[in-house]
Amino acid sequence: MRVVLSNSAGVPLYQQIKEQVGTAILSGELAEGSALPSVRALARDLRISIITTTRAYAELAAEGFIATVPGKGAYVLPLDSALVREQLLRQVEDGLQAALDAARRAGLQREDLIQILDGLIDAEQQDAIR
Amino acid sequence: MSSDLAFALRGVGTTVGGNFALRDVSFELPTGYVMGLIGANGAGKTTTIRCLLGMRAFETGEIELLGHRVPGPVILRQDVGVVLDHTYLVGDWRLADAERALRPFYDRWDGVRYRQLLDEFGLDLRARVKDLSRGMAVKLMIAVALSHQARLLVFDEPTSGLDPATRDELAGIIGDFLLDEGHSVLFSTHITSDLDRIGDYLTLIHEGRIVRTGTKDEILEAYRVVRGGPDTLSEPAGAHLIGLRRTPTGTQALVRTEETGLLGGDVLVEAPTLEEIAVHIAARATRREPHPGTSGSPGRKPHPDTGRHASHPSMSAEETV
Repeated sequence: MRVVLSNSAGVPLYQQIKEQVGTAILSGELAEGSALPSVRALARDLRISIITTTRAYAELAAEGFIATVPGKGAYVLPLDSALVREQLLRQVEDGLQAALDAARRAGLQREDLIQILDGLIDAEQQDAIR
Repeated sequence: MSSDLAFALRGVGTTVGGNFALRDVSFELPTGYVMGLIGANGAGKTTTIRCLLGMRAFETGEIELLGHRVPGPVILRQDVGVVLDHTYLVGDWRLADAERALRPFYDRWDGVRYRQLLDEFGLDLRARVKDLSRGMAVKLMIAVALSHQARLLVFDEPTSGLDPATRDELAGIIGDFLLDEGHSVLFSTHITSDLDRIGDYLTLIHEGRIVRTGTKDEILEAYRVVRGGPDTLSEPAGAHLIGLRRTPTGTQALVRTEETGLLGGDVLVEAPTLEEIAVHIAARATRREPHPGTSGSPGRKPHPDTGRHASHPSMSAEETV
């Protein structure tokens, strides 16, 4: 597991851990069943407080990414759990909302947006074929 | 007596020559975590630690340590490892002699572990105590504490005089120790950068009183640092300026987060670093921090809008803290 913390990002440390571990799980880098270090080992390795790592793991567990075993550690849950899907849906919505906001400022119409989205999907499919 | 607390002080008071050295000191640490006790020199950190360890009598209040009341049974000594700012070992001893001298005092002394730790910390069994550098002496005292299988490590100013690399090594050693959920650490310091990262709980002490105790996040959330021009910060509408510092170019103070709304619009309000909190609290004058609601001028209620402009009638207010 790879966690790189920034002191100047303005993002709380627990949030950084949560996002990085969450991203690694969604990308498949951390596969189902992978063992994560215990909150105490992670705190030691990152030289941060136990409360911080505990909070990061608690939120990852609440969102269905991992399961924690008291006194042992934590492991990655299967990705298809409903909670993770909900999480992904929220990310899709957030991304589309951001796109909508930008489109409104740029004066784009519904058709323009759909065209852009179709273009992106096509490009991605062609990338996959290549 | 609660077993999920590493220790608890409740209303502890002690005097020196008729003056209070500690007054109504209360704070506690749950088992399994690190607490930093932060205060300037002379704030009462060492006195607090000496009371906690039963090395000093106290007149009022009670202290609980690892489930025992202090002063506790002699066996309690086995469970607590103390790292002081000076070594308590005889200078002419070699590190192997230190083991022979200390071993009889501890039922659970582990000689193999002692040698392992010295090796791990880069300490030579044949070295003499007096020839150790400051960092090596600290590591020796940690090795002793871990060899008698202490459950609570208490450090008095462990990092003062240590270079950054050794401080980082110390943070790693503390992290290793805390892999066991039954282990806890208290350390006192006036250097806050070490605690910014590894501290779970913090207790701020000033002039023998506890200013605040809680998780690090709670403490950081409780205050805001405010900065303004030379004339902008006074004692505006009841907001209490802690450790106000005034220079020809500007002013800076700490305020309680809930009071930031009472400040003028002309100031910069930011989340403080731990160091800024420590500096401003240490800079408080000897007067007590007033209770919320009693600060500022009575009868002058903050108007919802008064926050906006720096036309405070109390501009000439003394620099209360």
